[in-house]
Amino acid sequence: MMRRYQDKHDVQAKAYYNDRFWVAPQIPKEPVESDEIFAKDLESLKSKFQIKEAYIQRGQMVVYIDPKDNREVLKHLRDELSYNFLSELSAIDWLAKRGEFEIFYQMLSTSKRKRMRVKCYIKEKEAIESVCDIYKSADWAEREMYDMFGVIVNNHPFMKRLLMPDDWQGHPLRKSYPLHGDEFAQWYEVDKIFGKEYRDIIGPENRDSAYVNERDTKHFARIRHEVRYGEEPSKEPTNLMQEYQEEEGVFLIKKFKKDKSITLKERK
Amino acid sequence: MAQHQVRYLQDGGLPVVLTTADKILQWGRSNSLWALTYGLACCAIEMMASGASRYDFDRFGTIFRASPRQADLMIVAGTLTKKHAEFIRRLYDQMAEPKWVISMGSCANTGGMFNTYATVQGVDRVIPVDIYLPGCAPRPETLQYAVMMLQKQIRRESAFQKLKPKRLV
Repeated sequence: MMRRYQDKHDVQAKAYYNDRFWVAPQIPKEPVESDEIFAKDLESLKSKFQIKEAYIQRGQMVVYIDPKDNREVLKHLRDELSYNFLSELSAIDWLAKRGEFEIFYQMLSTSKRKRMRVKCYIKEKEAIESVCDIYKSADWAEREMYDMFGVIVNNHPFMKRLLMPDDWQGHPLRKSYPLHGDEFAQWYEVDKIFGKEYRDIIGPENRDSAYVNERDTKHFARIRHEVRYGEEPSKEPTNLMQEYQEEEGVFLIKKFKKDKSITLKERK
Repeated sequence: MAQHQVRYLQDGGLPVVLTTADKILQWGRSNSLWALTYGLACCAIEMMASGASRYDFDRFGTIFRASPRQADLMIVAGTLTKKHAEFIRRLYDQMAEPKWVISMGSCANTGGMFNTYATVQGVDRVIPVDIYLPGCAPRPETLQYAVMMLQKQIRRESAFQKLKPKRLV
């Protein structure tokens, strides 16, 4: 029993769904020279490392580096250029488009009041060096990156999944991972608690949130037509009268009968 | 001395109530439903509110316990993730019979809006549920009503029925 398909007339999403050649607008990029502090920082970086590309976007400098330099660049940023915070670190999945992960390090300098982003590309099976000993905040961020994308981080002190269970298979934030989970994910709790042979008894997950079956009184109850677990659905309305916890009444206590009571129209 | 003598046939009658053993046992059970604190997400806030003074669960004899060994009732309040599924089953197994489960809120009932890889699509995939309480999140009154419905169900049952092999799920 699937729900009938209805056009949602989602006007906001329309351009995105109808125009096959629609490209999301890019945030304009400015040259690094337009900002004095960033220009100096970039100069300093360029003197030591190979910089592939650099620009300013939304007031933040973005610098593309070689993935092998990541530790040295971050050390340089911390010690020489006073970027004292690593606020976030993760990966972006470009596997389908270019077969690579984009790793980014979001930096913050509280003295300069500037944010910058260090980026690099690595291949799918390639590993990246841990920056955990340079910035402590990288510890969990790198574990999450491994958990969600499967990016292997070398020399991390405790390389273990952060969010998903330890025996989980697959990396959920990859674009190739289905939202409702692969077969392993869909049967995970059943397999783990009861064993694979219970799959038939418990049955597959219901992923249609609008699924209703009024004949199935084990899972559904029609309002005002409630019956007990697994009984035949009733056509007549049930329980329309006053409900009591004790069906046949409590010893010595009179029942309130709604139909026999009168409502005063005027105050006596 | 004689003044204090109880006159059984006058003044309100005998201080004796006759009932069946069944009834009194189930009456006792239904009015001392100790619940396991099982707050998993935002429904837990509503569950805590029902326990606090304004809604006052103690009136129903429902006192939250932090140990499954002391609990009769498990109120699953919130989203059950797949990582946590084995622990809810373990805690359920540790509860002593007789035991009941209220699945509170949309997430616990069906997975709710979390139609994703990491959420169990209804706690009834893992443990048997007695009452499904809809809402996102259900108000404390609704949880009170669910407990009252459960009390009604318990009073309806026989106290000495053989422990039926409970549905696994």
